Amino acid sequence: MPRRSQGLPLAATVLALSIGAGLAVGKAMMAPPARRPPDSAPGRTARRSHFGGFQVVGRTVTIRAPRDQIYRMWRDPVRLPDFMEGLSSVEVDGDRITWVVQSPDGPFPVQTRLVEDRPGEALAWRSVEGANIEIEAKVQLRDAPGDRGTEVEAHIAWRPGMGIVGHWAAMLRGTDPAIRGKQDLKRLKMLLETGEIATSANRKAD
Amino acid sequence: MRALTWHGKHDVRVDTVPDPQIVNPRDAIIEVTATAICGSDLHLYDGVIPGLQPGDILGHEFMGRVVETGSKSTLKKGDRVVVPFTISCGACFFCQQQQFSACDNSNPVEKQEASELLYGHAMSGLFGYSHLTGGYPGGQAEYVRVPFSDVGPIVIPDGVSDEQVLFLSDILPTGWMAAENADISDGDTVAVWGCGPVGLFAIQSALLMGAHQVIAIDHYPRRLELARKLGAKIIDYTQTHVLEALMEMTGGIGPDAVIDAVGMESHGFSPDRMMDAVKQKVGIGADNAHALRMALTAVRKGGRVSIPGVYGGMADKFPLGALMQKGLQVRTGQTHVQRYTRQLLHRILEGEIDTTFLISHRLSLEDAPTGYRNFHGKQNEWTKVVLTPGAAAGASTGN
Repeated sequence: MPRRSQGLPLAATVLALSIGAGLAVGKAMMAPPARRPPDSAPGRTARRSHFGGFQVVGRTVTIRAPRDQIYRMWRDPVRLPDFMEGLSSVEVDGDRITWVVQSPDGPFPVQTRLVEDRPGEALAWRSVEGANIEIEAKVQLRDAPGDRGTEVEAHIAWRPGMGIVGHWAAMLRGTDPAIRGKQDLKRLKMLLETGEIATSANRKAD
Repeated sequence: MRALTWHGKHDVRVDTVPDPQIVNPRDAIIEVTATAICGSDLHLYDGVIPGLQPGDILGHEFMGRVVETGSKSTLKKGDRVVVPFTISCGACFFCQQQQFSACDNSNPVEKQEASELLYGHAMSGLFGYSHLTGGYPGGQAEYVRVPFSDVGPIVIPDGVSDEQVLFLSDILPTGWMAAENADISDGDTVAVWGCGPVGLFAIQSALLMGAHQVIAIDHYPRRLELARKLGAKIIDYTQTHVLEALMEMTGGIGPDAVIDAVGMESHGFSPDRMMDAVKQKVGIGADNAHALRMALTAVRKGGRVSIPGVYGGMADKFPLGALMQKGLQVRTGQTHVQRYTRQLLHRILEGEIDTTFLISHRLSLEDAPTGYRNFHGKQNEWTKVVLTPGAAAGASTGN
């Protein structure tokens, strides 16, 4: 009978399809995620990032100033506290540089060594053996498109002393390094582009 | 010094506060000779703009004499200047593009965070406005610290009165830019919602730019009358179906360009406006966009939409379909004041533009709270209030 003979294969097909679908779903759940090409974004903007226990923050600003002028400011960093609010002073001794950072618990000296120096292009510093924090900072300079000046990309990687709890505690106290870093770069931009740092204060600080 | 300070919704007072000082090298200190209350000050007065703090000095339309200069100011003591309400450095990428209200360097860094969260980017500093735009002390005061005084202020020659040039600080360039954004050419009809100061200057500017006809929409008889005197046709929305009338007055085509000079506190009795008003009242950040919605529906296919009216947050039930399907172009923004001051001063000196018709009331700075109350509550009669510091209280003259 045509009906019956058709009925069975139909049922078998439906069954097979549903099992197949089940298998496909199972396979999708078990298999590693589909391979995606790496995208063009900096690693620190990834939704999930792994830097081997390091915390990484970074930021790029475009400044209408030549690369060399910006390079010189970072190469001789004693003037950086003028615009970096988190920095109370910088001491330079050859290639050893001590950055005194303002932390919620008072001044916090970070001893580093200049580990990369490409004039007009890049500078990097790394904490020395025995420093009180493991940290690396890098500034990279690129010509911006058109006549927009220089793209300044700065990033800092450090191993959080107090782990994620310390990181959140710092954020709540307004010292989130990502925000502080971004703000400091904007102040650098103001200083280089306008010669001053904008304030709405109506009077000089006493 | 004496200054008008904000203390909360519908609570402004004239207080004695410390005089400003030169803080940065490009600063100047201006002794204010005339200052005005702006429609956008009423948004602050109504408490619908976020980021104001008790004690903030309001005012962003002001002019005066230079009394002190920083080492890098190009102004001279005694210069008479009008100061743009936008604070701009003149050097950054945006200032170089003449997008002065997008200046990167005038909004203090620590004040930029909230704007970045809300808008994605921070705009330039503004005098006497929200801390989102820097929280700079404003011009309804005896003295003002003017940053980047080598870029913003325009020196005024002798022979013109303060009242002839005061509105170069904001509303005249704002009306002019609104008309420029409407991209007017021969034969165009331009419909303008709102006959407040900016709407009226937009009408004046659109006619100067060669619009065939300008149709002004409002409900205050005196303001509509001012629009008519400038040469506009008028529609009173309490008497007339606006959309129908606009079609009939444009040969069934619709206006080629529309200008929303109302912004976030529109009046009227439509359901969308009532909903917006409720949301604004309970403080969920909704802008009342009734005028803009109507303008988007009215404008012809492929037409232009210019929005000088101030908005600060989100709008619901926005006719996005009309925008896309009709292929509209939208241009808006805080005014790039410095782009226009020189040419508009020239037009004033040549007698092409008169702005003094707008002023309905002149008060002492001491009476500024009265000015706010009436500019807010009696919009028909109080079209523009000019304040003079130093004058005795009660020394007001009205028309």
